[in-house]
Amino acid sequence: MLEIADVTAGYGQFTALWDVSLRVTAGEAVAVVGPNGAGKTTLMRVISGLVVPRAGTLAFEGASLTGTPAHEIVAHGIAHVPEGRRIFPALSVADNLKMGAFLPAARRAYRESLERVYTLFPVLAERQAQRAGSLSGGEQQMLAIGRALMSRPKLILLDEPSMGLAPVMVLRLFDLIRRVREEGYTILVVEQNVRQVLKLVDRAYLIEVGRIKMEGRADALAEQDFVRKAYVGL
Amino acid sequence: MIEPIFLLEAALNGLLLGGVLALLALGLNLIFGVLDVVWIVYVDLVMMCMYLVYFLVTGSGWPFWLAGLAGIGGGVVLGCAVHLLIITPILTSAPINQLLATGGLLFFLQAFATFLWTTDHRSVRLNLPIIEVGGIFLSFGRLIAFALSILAMLGLYLFLTRTFMGTAIRAVAQDRDAMRLMGANPQRVYIVTSAVGGAMAGLAAALLLLQYSVHPHFGASFGPLTFMICVLGGLGNMVGAFVASFIMSEIISVSGVIWSVEMGYVIAFVVFIVMMFAKPGGILARRQ
Repeated sequence: MLEIADVTAGYGQFTALWDVSLRVTAGEAVAVVGPNGAGKTTLMRVISGLVVPRAGTLAFEGASLTGTPAHEIVAHGIAHVPEGRRIFPALSVADNLKMGAFLPAARRAYRESLERVYTLFPVLAERQAQRAGSLSGGEQQMLAIGRALMSRPKLILLDEPSMGLAPVMVLRLFDLIRRVREEGYTILVVEQNVRQVLKLVDRAYLIEVGRIKMEGRADALAEQDFVRKAYVGL
Repeated sequence: MIEPIFLLEAALNGLLLGGVLALLALGLNLIFGVLDVVWIVYVDLVMMCMYLVYFLVTGSGWPFWLAGLAGIGGGVVLGCAVHLLIITPILTSAPINQLLATGGLLFFLQAFATFLWTTDHRSVRLNLPIIEVGGIFLSFGRLIAFALSILAMLGLYLFLTRTFMGTAIRAVAQDRDAMRLMGANPQRVYIVTSAVGGAMAGLAAALLLLQYSVHPHFGASFGPLTFMICVLGGLGNMVGAFVASFIMSEIISVSGVIWSVEMGYVIAFVVFIVMMFAKPGGILARRQ
């Protein structure tokens, strides 16, 4: 479904990713794990078009996405839930969700999508008139995911969904992401909470200083001594 | 001592003036709120639209309402042109450059209007009636201008809160990149914003021409006042600008009757300066 080949990308003089190749097949959940500053967020921003790669290619369902601007990526069926959630704080919860359905195709299915999101996240229905900035961190993350679902994507990019959340909330959030997965969405998730995320996904990539260091089935990766010591804390 | 009825009349006139001022302030504020650029040239765009309406009425014999609609169209064209030709090339440069660029356009338009149409004061002379209610005299033109301003602002409010594009305009103002992730092209949202701001300038032009004559320095008489209202209300704060418009118009109108028009402006500016010390973030700012 998603094919990334030999991507090198960065900001100005700084190179954050070196020759990164990655593949996600339809229906899969894939994680990218690694320490802070490894280039995980840059990888997500490359996929959603916010960062233009210096070299390498991107393709989604056979169509090339290399050099496609960010606002045209969504129409291909990729929704990015960015790091730090990036909801619109001064807009109401309902207006945030409405913006998720900004594109004409999504707009036509607006009511139906809204109902699905409210079924998945009932707390958003309760708070639909509230300012999004007044929600708790966990609720804001649900809103960010709900907003992404409003565009009716095939692939969802989740960048550090558990960042800044209380431990109880992290567990609840992973449960919710599991439910989103069961709805049939393909997921690519970047996460520092390695132990939790490896329970959620099928496959994972380990990225360090901008390079893919390891890849494999999530359960196998979780058993690796190296990964256990460095990231899982066992 | 001034008779209370004159004060009442002044207060009502202030209210009517406030409506048109609010229209100007909201147009300027909308653009600032979304693009983070102060169109210091805003009221000079209004001046250009006033000339358009004036010449369509007096030169081509169009009915005023039709010329007014053309004025709105002219405002849309001017708004888009300013964004595409002046702002877009320097959108990411320092704010002072954008201010200077629109300031340069202001002087250009003033000189251009003087060159083409001289410094004559021109008015359309529609002979609108004066209405008397219980000893208070109100001009029909002002009442129309007030009513249409309020309607236009209501329309703007509904546009910004009820439609996808209007909500996107508010969303882009908060987080441009996040809105790109929703599939919206920020440049398109900016053009729509500039067109709406331009349309408001065009409508204000038609409404101002009902009460005032147009001349090349029209922008100099209403521009600073409009800008001041936006700052007083808190730059980018639509409700604040709306409230500030009526505060300023009441001060000018009422003290104009008690003392003189000039004194009215003096007091308005003093109030503005004092408020800037007391509430630098605008009258509706929650905290300093």
